[in-house]
Amino acid sequence: MFYRETGQFKTTYADDMAIFPIRQDRIGLALILAFAFLVVPFVTSDFTLKTIMLPFLALSVAVIGLNILTGYTGLISLGSAGFMGVGAYACYKLTTIFPEVNIIIWIFVSGFFAAAVGVFFGLPSLRIKGLYLAVATLAAQFFLQWAFVRIPWLFNYNPSGAIEVPLRTLFGVPITGPTASLEVKYLICLCFVVGMTWLASNLVHGRIGRSWMAVRDMDIAAELMGIKLLNAKLMAFAVSSFYCGVSGALFVFLYLGGAEAGTEFAIRLSFLILFAVIIGGAGSMIGSFLGAGFIVALPTILKFGLPAIGIAITGATAEKIVLMIIGALTIYLLIVEPHGLARLWQIMKQKLRVWPFPY
Amino acid sequence: MSAVTSSPARAVLPPAVLGTLKVLGIMAAIGAAIALLVQTGLMPKGSVGHKVLAAPFIDMWELPDLLVQTLWEGLVAGVLYALIALGFVLIFKASGVFNFAQGIMVVFSALTLVGSYEIMTQRMGLPTGVVVAILALVVAVATMFVLAWLVERIVLRPLVNQNEIIMLMATVGLTYFLIGFGEYVFGGNPKVMITAELGLPTGSTQFNILGGRVNIQHLDVAAAVIASVMIAGLAFFFQYTRIGRALRAVADSHKAALSVGISLNQIWVIVWFTAGIVALVTGIMWGARSDVSFALEIIALKALPVLILGGFTSVPGAIVGGLIIGIGEKMGEGYWGPLLGGGIETWLAYVIALGFLLFRPQGLFGEKIIERI
Repeated sequence: MFYRETGQFKTTYADDMAIFPIRQDRIGLALILAFAFLVVPFVTSDFTLKTIMLPFLALSVAVIGLNILTGYTGLISLGSAGFMGVGAYACYKLTTIFPEVNIIIWIFVSGFFAAAVGVFFGLPSLRIKGLYLAVATLAAQFFLQWAFVRIPWLFNYNPSGAIEVPLRTLFGVPITGPTASLEVKYLICLCFVVGMTWLASNLVHGRIGRSWMAVRDMDIAAELMGIKLLNAKLMAFAVSSFYCGVSGALFVFLYLGGAEAGTEFAIRLSFLILFAVIIGGAGSMIGSFLGAGFIVALPTILKFGLPAIGIAITGATAEKIVLMIIGALTIYLLIVEPHGLARLWQIMKQKLRVWPFPY
Repeated sequence: MSAVTSSPARAVLPPAVLGTLKVLGIMAAIGAAIALLVQTGLMPKGSVGHKVLAAPFIDMWELPDLLVQTLWEGLVAGVLYALIALGFVLIFKASGVFNFAQGIMVVFSALTLVGSYEIMTQRMGLPTGVVVAILALVVAVATMFVLAWLVERIVLRPLVNQNEIIMLMATVGLTYFLIGFGEYVFGGNPKVMITAELGLPTGSTQFNILGGRVNIQHLDVAAAVIASVMIAGLAFFFQYTRIGRALRAVADSHKAALSVGISLNQIWVIVWFTAGIVALVTGIMWGARSDVSFALEIIALKALPVLILGGFTSVPGAIVGGLIIGIGEKMGEGYWGPLLGGGIETWLAYVIALGFLLFRPQGLFGEKIIERI
């Protein structure tokens, strides 16, 4: 009833190629953005901001990154947590060596370090593909994890082996470190997410994105059509790792406030990110957010939601039950909708267009 | 079909042998070159080149007993990696599923064995000993069968014909489920494997050879023997039994197998059960070497480089790959690890596998990849 494109005519090519061709979509997006910027930080509790919103925003950048690689280019990677770690450690080193430069610049720049590492570990993708490549990227994951523990220069020879986020300010307002308020961290994170999403959306809808999708659908055919596989694949690895790196920096600097060497960026996080891509929907921007939201919110909801509705579980048992439910739910979701939550979202929009008189 | 695609015999030697010979020749040439560099004084002692390229080999030559010990440890580790990889290969061949849960199945089956033994002796008051241990073994085998049946029913059947990555994620989901379930039922504490009760040998023997001492655990010998027997048994099972032939038919082509009346569902239960048995044996062996806990999961991940090295579909590949990775890893850690600060075991296996893959993208024993538009 409200969601109709009747009467909206496309009169220019630009209209036809718009990412959101329907006016209601554009209004909806504007409303969501306004809500996220103006309402969420002042309404939600500190608990929600800390345990759900910050990790959700930080991880969604990494999920977009892996989606570019897996969903758009068809290369499976299990090293995303390692690349996130590169971003976090690069940011830490940069801000301790050059403390006078603003941290926001360093968070962005640390992505380039991750991109360089990503390109290096992406080189095998030219010869191997599919699950073989997935296993090969584990080399990156384990090597990087080892480097974070064994190279003390990376954590400034801190005896505990951990990195602690120093206090950094923007216009005199602390944005990282223990004294920064959650609302400020949230807003910074949100700005990054919006900017990076806009960038990624333009990339995948443009020439580069088209070449990625051609490689995904069939790389030999793409090569015959004149797409340089070397450039396309390494570009995908670079962009993907760049996103992972920025996400890692955000994750440590704005969400965790410090990281234990080698434990935060373990293989489990890599799987979680890949899981978010698959559950959200491979090759879909909205899917990245749905997937990231799912993996962040589910454990929290289970842990705190089950006792709230009267199912009493103790802390230790809760962990195990949560694991079981996550596992079972994964399989269930894959069976119900193998194309992810993004497909469900699409179906819902389709249904809404003809509601309340479906024909 | 294979007669058409296989290339006509041009060389006298099969290409694999020829390739191996070529590689060996290149390695010998590099070795000679290094020896020449050291002898002529171009690579002085203490330089980086000497430390990396020459010193480890000199160590090997001067302390042969240490070399034998390292090789033996690598061999045993390799056999166990090969066993885990074997479970992967069985399932991948028959159902095209990359079963990430194989590593957890190893831990889960071992936990079931130890946990049910504990429950039987401590809570039900049965006497400790061989009889109850075998009873626990039966319980573990039955559990693996139920697991195989449930997986086929609940996971595989609705997901048939889906993309490989979706199947992979489903097994990742299974992994999480099994971890939670195992910890919920048996508790999260590490348990001690009932080695003696199962009649496995303990203790060790020392050999005085090559001017030094080599220490060999009896359990490792038993592990190697049992693994060899099991691999031979599986080979026999695949080659000569009706079910084995059906399994190979399914591996070749699902559709053709279906059309001659082979039940895919039945085959999948059998193959997952077989993989479960392999997992149980692996779990007993690994569990006897260290404690039984979910920390073994990391070891199970080590089977992945073995897999890409040997090829996902090749049983001999899994065995040879396991040995290469096991020995390469122990040698690397023992001789080159100290140069990098140690602990390189966690990633060395992957790098070795990657090195091989750059030259043979389909793995050592995989079929040549032919791509068509």
